[in-house]
Amino acid sequence: MTPLLAAAGLRKSYGPLEVLRGVDVDVARGECLVVIGPSGSGKSTLLRCLNLLEPISGGRIVFQGEDIAEAGRRAPEIRRRIGMVFQNFELFRHLSALDNIALAPIRVKGEDRRAARERAQHLLAKVHLPDKSDAFPDELSGGQQQRVAIARALAMEPALMLYDEPTSALDPETVGEVLQVMQELAEEGSTSIVVTHEMGFARRAADRVVFMDAGAVAHAAPAARFFSNEAPERVARFLGKIEA
Amino acid sequence: MALISPGLIVAYVFSARFFDAALMTLLISISALVGGMAVGLLLAVLQEARLAPLRLFAVAYLWLFRGTPVLLQLIFVFNVLPAFGIVLPGLACAILALGLNEGAYMAEIMRSGIHAVGAGQRLAARALGMRDWQVMRWVVLPQALRIIIPPIGNQFIGMLKLSALVSVIAVEELLLIANQTASANFHYLEALTAAGLYYLAMTTILMVVQAFMERAFRRRGRRGAGLRLTQRLLAATADAGQVR
Repeated sequence: MTPLLAAAGLRKSYGPLEVLRGVDVDVARGECLVVIGPSGSGKSTLLRCLNLLEPISGGRIVFQGEDIAEAGRRAPEIRRRIGMVFQNFELFRHLSALDNIALAPIRVKGEDRRAARERAQHLLAKVHLPDKSDAFPDELSGGQQQRVAIARALAMEPALMLYDEPTSALDPETVGEVLQVMQELAEEGSTSIVVTHEMGFARRAADRVVFMDAGAVAHAAPAARFFSNEAPERVARFLGKIEA
Repeated sequence: MALISPGLIVAYVFSARFFDAALMTLLISISALVGGMAVGLLLAVLQEARLAPLRLFAVAYLWLFRGTPVLLQLIFVFNVLPAFGIVLPGLACAILALGLNEGAYMAEIMRSGIHAVGAGQRLAARALGMRDWQVMRWVVLPQALRIIIPPIGNQFIGMLKLSALVSVIAVEELLLIANQTASANFHYLEALTAAGLYYLAMTTILMVVQAFMERAFRRRGRRGAGLRLTQRLLAATADAGQVR
C-alpha cells in the first residue's frame, strides 16, 4: 500500500547550517509514527518541512499521491489537510476555546457558522473539555490548552496530524490527559507523526518508531522491535539516558 | 474696565460660533486620525513586505513625513497642490495633510502592535491553512488592536491639539474663531479662555473614554494590575502628541 505521506532525501539548511541531511520517512494511513532523538537532531524542523511551514532545500515530499515539495502558492491548501499541534499550544489568545476551534473551518473552509460551532462543541467533548467552550486560553491549564489545540487541528478534518513535542511545555500532572487524548485518536485510526520524549506513549501508541540523530534517520523499526533488546547500541544508549 | 469678564467667556462658550468651531476641530481630528490609522496600517504592513521596493517606499515615506514640520506639510498641501491643478477646499487640505502626517507616526504604533503578536501565533494560523492576509485579518490584527488602543487614544488627544495648526490655512476651527473674535474687540483673554475650555472638555472626555475602553479590553485574560483612573488619565496626557 502506498504511504499517506512519504519524504525522500529531505534536506533543509539555514545558511551554512545543515539541519536535515537527507531524511527518508513515511507514514501509512492509520499509522502512528513516533519520532525520537536528542535535541537538535532536526525533529521539529522535519515536521515543519512536512507541512511546508518551512521551504525545503532538497528532496521530495509525496502526500496523498502528490508531490507537494514545490507547491508554492498552493501550500496553504495542502496545510489544510495536515493538522499541527505545537509545543506551546499557540491558541489564539483573543478567542474562546470554541472560537479557536471554529475559526479556521469558518474563515478558511467557508463552513457555515452554526454548523462549525456545533462541530467545535463536539470536538471539545472529544478532548474531554465539554464545558470549556467559553473559556479563554488564559483561563485554561496547559494540559487543557493543548487539548483545545488538538481539537482546533482536528476541526479541519486533516488526513494527517503532526505533533511537535506536545507535552514538553506541560506541568507533569497534565501530561497524562494530553497523551490520553492522543492515544485515543491513534486508536480510532487517525494518522499521526509525533515528535516526543514520552517513551511510555511511544510504547503504548506507536506503530513504528524513528530515531533521528544529526539530521538523519539513524534507526527505524516497528515499536515492539524498537524497544526490544535488538536495538542498536546508539539507540539503547539514548533510551537509557532518557528513561533513567 | 474689569480685567476679565466672566460673562463674556460664558457667552462665547455657549455661542453657536464657538460651538460650530469646536465641532469643526472634532471633525478634522477624527477624520485625520482615521486617515492616519489607515495610512499607518498600510505602512506597517508594507514594512513587513517581502518585496524590497515596498519596504523602501515605506521607509521613504516615514523619512519624509517625520523629517519635515507638519506645519510645512500643511501649507505645502494648501499652497503648492493648486499649482498642479489640484484645488482642494481648506478643510480637505487640513484632513489630508494631518492624516498623511499622522500615518507616519501611527505606522510605528501599528508595527509594535503587530510585532507584539508572537511568531508562534502566525505559525499556528498558517498551519491551519490560512493565507498571509487571513493570518493578518483573523489572528494578528484582532490581537494587535488590544495593544494599540491606548497609544491610539493618546494620538487622538495629540491630534485635537495639533488640529489648531490648520487655523493658518483659514479653516474655521476653534483657534481661528477665537482669534478672529478677539481681534474684533481685543477681548483676547475671554476668547482664548473659551477656546481653551472647549479643548479641555474634549481632551478630558477622550481620556475618560480611553480609560474605560482599556478597562473593557482588559476584561478577559491576565495583565498587570490596573493603574488607578487618575493615574491613567495623567499618563494619557503625558505622552500625547509629540512635537512635530
